[in-house]
Amino acid sequence: MKIIDVLQETYTALSANKVRSGLTVLGIVIGISSVIAMVSIGAGASNSISSNIQALGSNLIMVTPGAQRGQGFGVSLGRGGAKTLTLSDADAIRTLQNVNAVAEEVSGRYQVTAKGTNTNTTVDGVTSSYPEIRNVTIDQGSFISDSQNESSSKVAVIGPTVVTDLFGDTALPADAVGQIIRIKGMEFKVIGVTVSKGGSGFNNQDDMIYVPTKSAQRFLSGNQYLTSIDIEATNSNVMTQLQTDITDILLARHKISDSTQADFSVLNQNDIISSASSITNTLTYLLAAVAGISLIVGGIGIMNMMLTTVTERTREIGLRKAIGAKKSDISKQFLIEAIILTLVGGAGGIILGWLIAFLVNWSGLITTSVSWGSVILAFGVSAFIGVIFGYYPARRAAGLNPIDALRYE
Amino acid sequence: MIEIKNINKTYGSGETAFSALKGVSFTIRDGEFVAIMGPSGSGKSTLMHILGCLDTPTSGTYFLDGKDVSKFSDEELADIRKDKIGFVFQSFNLLPRTTVLRNVMLPLVYAGVEGDERERRAKEALTSAGLSETHYNHHSNEISGGQIQRVAIARALVNEPTLILADEPTGNLDTKTGEIVLETFEKLNKEKGRTIILITHELGVAEHARRVITIKDGVIVSDRSTSKTK
Repeated sequence: MKIIDVLQETYTALSANKVRSGLTVLGIVIGISSVIAMVSIGAGASNSISSNIQALGSNLIMVTPGAQRGQGFGVSLGRGGAKTLTLSDADAIRTLQNVNAVAEEVSGRYQVTAKGTNTNTTVDGVTSSYPEIRNVTIDQGSFISDSQNESSSKVAVIGPTVVTDLFGDTALPADAVGQIIRIKGMEFKVIGVTVSKGGSGFNNQDDMIYVPTKSAQRFLSGNQYLTSIDIEATNSNVMTQLQTDITDILLARHKISDSTQADFSVLNQNDIISSASSITNTLTYLLAAVAGISLIVGGIGIMNMMLTTVTERTREIGLRKAIGAKKSDISKQFLIEAIILTLVGGAGGIILGWLIAFLVNWSGLITTSVSWGSVILAFGVSAFIGVIFGYYPARRAAGLNPIDALRYE
Repeated sequence: MIEIKNINKTYGSGETAFSALKGVSFTIRDGEFVAIMGPSGSGKSTLMHILGCLDTPTSGTYFLDGKDVSKFSDEELADIRKDKIGFVFQSFNLLPRTTVLRNVMLPLVYAGVEGDERERRAKEALTSAGLSETHYNHHSNEISGGQIQRVAIARALVNEPTLILADEPTGNLDTKTGEIVLETFEKLNKEKGRTIILITHELGVAEHARRVITIKDGVIVSDRSTSKTK
């Protein structure tokens, strides 16, 4: 039997049973597309979590004021509430080894007004090194310079959310530059707008106003204390060492001998990343499990379709054998049928899976990414199951005595 | 030329063993029209399976065109079926939702006949079976029972077999259509000189043949000529 005849027989058999062939293909399409879509959505979610963390800045060490305790049974004022960090602490840290940049921050929430509209947002007193340490990028205008900080200039750099809150939904970042806003009643000139970083809820990094540190101390907080000091290390290997150095120098400066009594805390970005990456790892396992289950369900679906299809055609196999088909002719035909069904279904499944991933992406919920690994895995497993369960029962039926196959009900 | 000698067929073994055929022997020459008759359970279906090379006897010999096929393997039997035997089944067994022409061409596909030749021979067989050209592209579920059985006869004819084996070909047809189908067989035998073996349990059907072999409980009880004999 020639291969062209086998293909012709296959085509006739498949087109003679359009509904059955269609349902088989549909089973494969759903099996494959669900795996691809699940994995792409999961990978997207895990990517967005890690990129959010990276956006905080890399090689970052943050010093925040701790709880200040009095002698004896002192009352804790709460972590972060104490006023212990000063500009001279920051200067001392700047002298340490492996320090790339230091940014002093004075942070607070204030009412901000402009042209009759108003909002309540975080106002951060920062220095010129802040953009580098915290991955802030300027969209329009410029960031705060050292001279503006030294002279306590009343200038402000605002986030995109603040732009729309103060100047209306249609306002462009460029429109805001040069405008006057009032923070706590004081006039500040907008000199720049930052690029959107995303994030939401308590930690919306777009809903921020940056002013020079010294301006913030003088006009807004009214004292010489800092709310945090951000330090960028030269590389990630020296982070632990630098963390120890900073702790030592601050303990010495604050004249505290017992480190458990420290009135500040030093936080290492790597700690945050490692705990976050354990979250994304868990997420990845969860996804792998979901994908695995969809693969099994899809595979069983394909198996059922193939098994019923072939069993249903036992009489046909008997007839073909009675009129002279060899065992190998039958096996060949069913193998090619199974291959064609899984190829068509596989292609459809990949396209559908991609489409679902694209639609989820387009809807803006999650940035999905289709991985080749998932495509190959889904297609490979489905094709394997399809071919095995399309071919094996046909082979068995082809081995039957034609009489038994013809009598098969 | 068909020559069977002392054919036995036993199913199962030990105490449950059942002998379907007990030492059956006969000879059928080319161009004969023979009916094998017997009630159900007589062993005629078993005999047909052996004659049709669908099964092999437990013992005895079966010479088909001078070759002993009684010890052939499955693959060799498939070749014999392809070249020497055409089947007509009681339940038609056409491929569903497939055209009449393709159904008739199916044996030629397995025999490795080329495309144009395939179609020519299929049309020739359909004409011999008395089916008009208007039905060639109809699907097998769009034509009547009598027409379906004639398509099956055409399919049995198409590879020019030594022997056409018809197993209760009128069993699923009404009397009138059955007559038309039987006349088709008679015509094929008379005009084309085809060897035909008809398996049936009805005397009325068997009388269409020129020779009737009656079988009962696995043995031949009579072998006679009918009124149709020239």
